[in-house]
Parts: sequence; structure tokens; C-alpha cells
Amino acid sequence: MTYLAVALGGALGAVLRWALGDAVPDGGGFPWTTFAVNVSGSLLLAVLPALAAVRRRHVLAAGLGPGLLGGYTTLSAYSEQTRTLLAAGDAATALLYLVGTLGACLVAVAAVSLVVPRAAGDEFAAEGGDE
Amino acid sequence: MTPLLVALGAAVGAPLRFAVASALDAERFPRGTLAVNVVGSFLLGLLVAAGASGHWAALLGTGFCGGFTTYSAFAVQTHRLGWRRGAAYAVLTIGLSLAACALGVVVAQA
Repeated sequence: MTYLAVALGGALGAVLRWALGDAVPDGGGFPWTTFAVNVSGSLLLAVLPALAAVRRRHVLAAGLGPGLLGGYTTLSAYSEQTRTLLAAGDAATALLYLVGTLGACLVAVAAVSLVVPRAAGDEFAAEGGDE
Repeated sequence: MTPLLVALGAAVGAPLRFAVASALDAERFPRGTLAVNVVGSFLLGLLVAAGASGHWAALLGTGFCGGFTTYSAFAVQTHRLGWRRGAAYAVLTIGLSLAACALGVVVAQA
């Protein structure tokens, strides 16, 4: 049941990511669409523990965390885009993208964690919500 | 057709990530998620360099590799680990994923 929720959520999240990339393609420079996807997905994953219903229901935590948001965000495209920028000789954009994505995601998560109690995050992590 | 292939790839990739992460992630260090992100980056480099396009790119690249790897879990885990372990985790994930992606390209071109 848990795996089914992760599969369904993952499929939905990936299609959402694809649709955004289809509507606003990343193109040759800074991959803004993937950047926006990863930052918004990280922010939402930090918000999930604040929802009591998600913390209490294992299937919901798995379907929305590792499922929906795990499928929505991507690290493989981030690696490949950085590699492509480096291969094209655009080291400055590659570095900006590499560090910029990490920085923006961490700032988003840290900002959310100021309002979401640590205990809620612990409970969510114990449910496997952050995998 | 394309969104269906993306969904199908991710419907396999996401639960596979969940299985590996559930089995290997430790409170002190999420080595399962690290492994998933490195392997997924290797596979995407391999696919791109092998010239995968159209339906294959949607199914295996955007779908499977995209659904298999995760940035949201990586970011939340990095934050939870705190400064020292978080920095080590972030540097390892990014460094190894980038190296694995480049290795995938080299392997595909060999």
C-alpha cells in the first residue's frame, strides 16, 4: 500500500515537472525551470510535517513526500545540466546553478523550519516522509 | 503519449528510491538517498550521451531517472543533519553525482 502511494505520487510529481519543462523549456543558459521545480519541491517537503494528518498517516506521508515531491524534484537533471554547462565551457553559469540551487533550497527549508516545530519534522522523518 | 511514459518511468523509479532509502538511510547519514542520487545521475549521463531522445528520453530520463533521484529529500536531510554533517552530505552528494554523470557520458562514448 505504501509503495503504491509512492508510485502514484511519484508519477504525478514527475508529470508535473515534465509539464512545467514543456511549458517553459530550460534552454541553453541557466536552467530556471528545473531550479524553480527543485526549490518549490524542497520548500513543500519542509511544509508537510506541519500537517497533522500527514504526520499521523504513514500512507499519506509516503505518497506526498517520497512520492509526489520526490518525483517532482530531480537531482539527475541537475547533475546533467551542470555537466552540460561545464562541457560547453560556461563554468560561471554551471557554478552559479550548482551553488544557487543548493543555497535557495536550503534557505527555503530553513525558513519553513522556523515555524514548523522540530518534533513534527522528527515524527515525519520517522514515518519515512523525507526519503 | 509523452506524459504517460514519464508517469510510467517515475512509477518505477520513485518506489525503487523509497525502497533503497528505507533500507539504507541512517539517522546520522542518509547513505541510501546519496546512493540513489549518484546512481541516477550516472544513468542520466549514460542515456543522454547514448543519444536517447523522444519516447525513450521521456520514459527513462524524465520519468525513471527524474523520479528515482530527489532534490527535496536531499535538501531537507541536509538541513536536518546540521552544519557539519550536512555540509559533508551536501558536498558528497553534489560532487559524486556530478562525477557519476560525467562517468556515464564517458562510458556511453567508449
